[in-house]
Amino acid sequence: MANDPIHQFQIQTIFPIEVGGMDFSFTNSSLFMVATVATTAAFLIFSTSGRGLVPTRLQSISEMSYEFVAGTLRDAAGTEGMRFFPMVFSLFMFVLIANLFGMFPYFFTVTSHIIVTFALAMLVILTVIIYGFMRNGIGFLKLFVPDGVPGALVPLVTLIEVISFLSRPISLSVRLFANMLAGHITLKVFAGFVVSLSAAGAVGVVGAILPLGMTIAITALEFLVAFLQAYVFTVLTCMYLNDAIHPSH
Amino acid sequence: MATETDSTTAGTEVPADAHGGGAFPPFDSATFSSQLLWLAITFGLFYWIMKNVAIPRIAGILEDRKDRIAGDLAEANRLKAETDEAIAAYEQALAEARSKAHSIANDTRAKLKADNDARREKAEAELGEKLTAAEAHITAIKTDALSQIGDVAGETTSALVEALIGKAPTKTDLSKALKTAME
Repeated sequence: MANDPIHQFQIQTIFPIEVGGMDFSFTNSSLFMVATVATTAAFLIFSTSGRGLVPTRLQSISEMSYEFVAGTLRDAAGTEGMRFFPMVFSLFMFVLIANLFGMFPYFFTVTSHIIVTFALAMLVILTVIIYGFMRNGIGFLKLFVPDGVPGALVPLVTLIEVISFLSRPISLSVRLFANMLAGHITLKVFAGFVVSLSAAGAVGVVGAILPLGMTIAITALEFLVAFLQAYVFTVLTCMYLNDAIHPSH
Repeated sequence: MATETDSTTAGTEVPADAHGGGAFPPFDSATFSSQLLWLAITFGLFYWIMKNVAIPRIAGILEDRKDRIAGDLAEANRLKAETDEAIAAYEQALAEARSKAHSIANDTRAKLKADNDARREKAEAELGEKLTAAEAHITAIKTDALSQIGDVAGETTSALVEALIGKAPTKTDLSKALKTAME
């Protein structure tokens, strides 16, 4: 059972809560959501409590994350996009820290469950749709009719645009979920090889060197992926928000 | 659905494992409601903290730093302008002093020159006067000498005539003859 690469994704109930036949139990997933949020918020607040004109190391980490997300959002959606900064910053920090928490052995990866990434993606897409209609009214639909397309092609292009828009929440959520899931499974499989091979005597111990090296390499790669996927999620969020602000591209 | 939920909530590990055997955990819809609720609670809280505490604070720090840097730069520019002004004032004062020195030197030179000229003119005038006086004196002497030459010539002539003819001419004839000869 210890070698089962799927075991790490099990949801385990800690405090059973049930309301109206629905299961709202506090699980290991909930625990890590709380841990992610508490750690991140505590870090951002305590590191900046000095409000130093010359930042301490920790304060400059907070400032760097702020400026990194602010720069990404401003590049993609312009100054007007900055109204969404709290949401984009929260998403980036939450996904990043949840991904990095998953890198600890025996920790649960919140973002390895499709429902979590899908909920975050839907939050983005619903924000885009609601704000898009609020700001542009019916003009938001111009998003689906690109300029400069010959008349005969308009229905086809519009259909493609609609499909691509509808697939956004799916691609956004599946990309993050699948990356985290696949990475952790791969890591677990290679680590499992090390254990089972080294149990098989002297030859096995020598043979276990290769998967051990792979495990180390994949661990490094997974740290990169943890950051990269949080960044990709954020960049795409910014681009989608840009569509809500400037629908006629 | 209800029975599945019951089995999930009934225990901790064992039922979860048992039920993991049935479905791949990320696709097990029985856990969705709990995950969604806790995600909404935690992410909502996180968003609230970010929006109301963390982001304003970091933005404030960055803003303060920007203001401080801008203020320092403005102060530096002000000081630089002051320095430039002081340098300009110094150079102007220097130029003024230099031109004043020039004008004083020129004035002095002009005054000295005027003095010298006046003195020289005076001396020249005096000398001229003396020269004129000397010339007049010389003319007078010359005239005097010339007038005496007549007498000398007369005497000489009378002496010559006496020696030649043994008889002195009369004064009247002599002076007439002299006058005719000298004209």
